[in-house]
Amino acid sequence: MSDRAISKQEFDRRVLHEGGMGSARDFFALLKPRVMSLVIFTAFVGLVVAPGAIHPVIAFTALLCIAVGAGASGALNMWYDADIDAKMARTAGRPIPQGRVTPGEAAGFGSILSVFSVMTMGVLVNWVAASLLAFTIFFYLVVYTMWLKRSTSQNIVIGGAAGAFPPMIGWAAVTSSLAIEPLVLFLIIFMWTPPHFWALALYRSDDYEKVGVPMLPVVAGEAETRRQILIYSLLLVPVTLLPAALGFAGPLYAGATAALGAGFLWLAFGLWRSRRGAAQDKAAKRLFGYSILYLFLVFSLLLAEKAFGIAAFSAIPLL
Amino acid sequence: MTDEDESKRHEVAPPVWTDEQLKRRRQRNLAIAWTLAGLMLLFFIVTIVKLGGNVANRPI
Repeated sequence: MSDRAISKQEFDRRVLHEGGMGSARDFFALLKPRVMSLVIFTAFVGLVVAPGAIHPVIAFTALLCIAVGAGASGALNMWYDADIDAKMARTAGRPIPQGRVTPGEAAGFGSILSVFSVMTMGVLVNWVAASLLAFTIFFYLVVYTMWLKRSTSQNIVIGGAAGAFPPMIGWAAVTSSLAIEPLVLFLIIFMWTPPHFWALALYRSDDYEKVGVPMLPVVAGEAETRRQILIYSLLLVPVTLLPAALGFAGPLYAGATAALGAGFLWLAFGLWRSRRGAAQDKAAKRLFGYSILYLFLVFSLLLAEKAFGIAAFSAIPLL
Repeated sequence: MTDEDESKRHEVAPPVWTDEQLKRRRQRNLAIAWTLAGLMLLFFIVTIVKLGGNVANRPI
């Protein structure tokens, strides 16, 4: 053995490059598991309410692909936004700003999972659902993260579409097509996103201002944000009643959603009336918390009606 | 300055991984292994599900 020979352990130490500090848990954190849970749930509702049958194993596979695809776009978002994440209190603890995962590792991880989730969905479920999943990842990464987020105050209005696609993907997993019903589910999440996110942005506006992200409170001011939240809330409530108006949800859904909507409007109105400072922060936090519960309950009602045979989703044709 | 001295002058110390880094790499590798095994199992089960009753339909 020559003098240059080294042990296996020594070789391992030397060949490794920058990075490598991330644990499996850090990589899991890149998938934004909390966001993922709402995505899985809304996709599950889209899948369950769709007419027709799907084998439980195929349904599980579809949800797994949606979850992994959503997680992958989260990892790619963290890769691209690592510079601003490091400066914001809410995101400074993420694995990349903390130095546990390098941006390159996150980009590779997100890209591989994106490709795997889309291809698996296509091969094992169907290609309509796979195409929608691919479009969702593209929309979240390129349209929202790379383009809109740092360039317009309407970033989360348009970018919110990415979070609204999952029920459509769930529906397409069963039917290989789209119809009016999944579009209505899309619309509910789409209209819900601005008041939900702007409520958060109101009490985190200092963070966004520091990093130059043109969130509405930073660009248009807090009073205008409160007004926009109220306007979108007024639009959201009728949209959530559309399933009943179009005849694919029953009286249980209509009554309960109207009551939940009244609660949403009450909080949005309270926020609109509040003034800058602790009162506004408190009202914004209450609306933000309630908005999560609200969306969860609205979709749960659709699920409950389907389970009890009240709802009648029949795939109203698009054209 | 000899050639050997010259080459040493440009030598960069190789990065060295700590025991903690090696431990985490092992954990990551195990996670990847389990994920791939799960994916393999998923493809197998879905294949059987898609074949349905035809799975037994072959000449003996």
